[in-house]
Amino acid sequence: MAVKAAPDADTQEQDLVRRVQSGEQDKFYLLVKPYERRVYSAAFAILRNAADAEEVAQEAILKAFANLRQFRAESKFSTWLIQIAVNEARMRRRKDHAEIMEPIGERQDEEGSYSPREFADWRELPSEALERSEVREILLQSLATLGSKYRDVFVLRDVQHMSIEEVAEALGISRASVKTRLLRARLMLRDLLAPRIASGGLSRVPFEKGNKPW
Amino acid sequence: MVVVQCEQVWEQISDYIDGDVDAGTRSAMEAHIQGCQRCTSVLEGTRNVVSLFGDERLFKTPMGYSWRLQRRLKSDMQVRRRAVLGWLVATAAVAAVSGTVVIAQRLGAKGGDKSPMANLGRVPPDLEVVVTDHGKLFHVKGCPFIKESDHPHDLVAAEAQKQGYVPCVRCLGEYVQEFAARLLNRGAWAGFVATR
Repeated sequence: MAVKAAPDADTQEQDLVRRVQSGEQDKFYLLVKPYERRVYSAAFAILRNAADAEEVAQEAILKAFANLRQFRAESKFSTWLIQIAVNEARMRRRKDHAEIMEPIGERQDEEGSYSPREFADWRELPSEALERSEVREILLQSLATLGSKYRDVFVLRDVQHMSIEEVAEALGISRASVKTRLLRARLMLRDLLAPRIASGGLSRVPFEKGNKPW
Repeated sequence: MVVVQCEQVWEQISDYIDGDVDAGTRSAMEAHIQGCQRCTSVLEGTRNVVSLFGDERLFKTPMGYSWRLQRRLKSDMQVRRRAVLGWLVATAAVAAVSGTVVIAQRLGAKGGDKSPMANLGRVPPDLEVVVTDHGKLFHVKGCPFIKESDHPHDLVAAEAQKQGYVPCVRCLGEYVQEFAARLLNRGAWAGFVATR
């Protein structure tokens, strides 16, 4: 007897989208649950503030619910949802004039040459590094110092794992601009992080409250 | 074989990591990086950046985030349901008034009575009401739909009905609802729907 293959995750998701679109609203949370964390991280990476990020994440998910009928199955639901979150977060940032300090690279000429300034040896990456809150803090602080045009591209590409084309579409910029900004963002982060995380660098991280070695 | 310099490696390091360089460039970059400590440092450091920020453990959601999200979704859905219900009630009220006009015209045409509403006797005929030249409804004095600038005329309900006015759903709602209920009971609603 032939065994019917179980539907893959994409098919199940498309089925769920159709059910919500046709009125089964209570199923909407099942649809967004796998991505709720990504929605938050996209908002947080752009806004750099946990409370704002949570509010924007909620707004984005509610907006996705209200506009689900406009979603077309030719794109991935997760990409569509993250795009809404990114747009919401960018609108909030503009509204709040969050960029009081001029972040690194904000005025840097995109077309100008850029070369790494730091050559600390950073070959080894301890796999458990992210379990340490001070490492996470250093990474987030470094990301926060990037200019918004670099940060947005970096977040979509390297945090949200979107393709170059998806990033270009989400931000309304050319593919070439995405690639240029991505290169700059990655190199700037490398410059910032190498001396702090590279061999022995973490031992120089100052102890913080709750992080005493004794 | 193509030879590349450090600056060329740096400019293409991102594409190299993403596997977005052609085979010739890749070989040239690899040959250079192998013998260059600075470029090795840049490559490994950039790879570490991509790897660390791509790890979902980096962004911890706040405690209770998921629960608060579900609660907000639930509350938003309830508000939407209420809004839809309100819209349906409003539509039904408008439909009742429209139906009143259509049915009244039909009954009037059949019975030859110029005041079909009067046949149903819902609004007290001697009730003092007001009408305007440009309106189609008659109102109780003081109805918020009527302003002084509309220059309302006083008359009694029977006369207003005779002139073809129908009751306002805002100030004479109780009569309209009763009238609509009667129409439904008499099966006249089907006639109204058939005209849409």
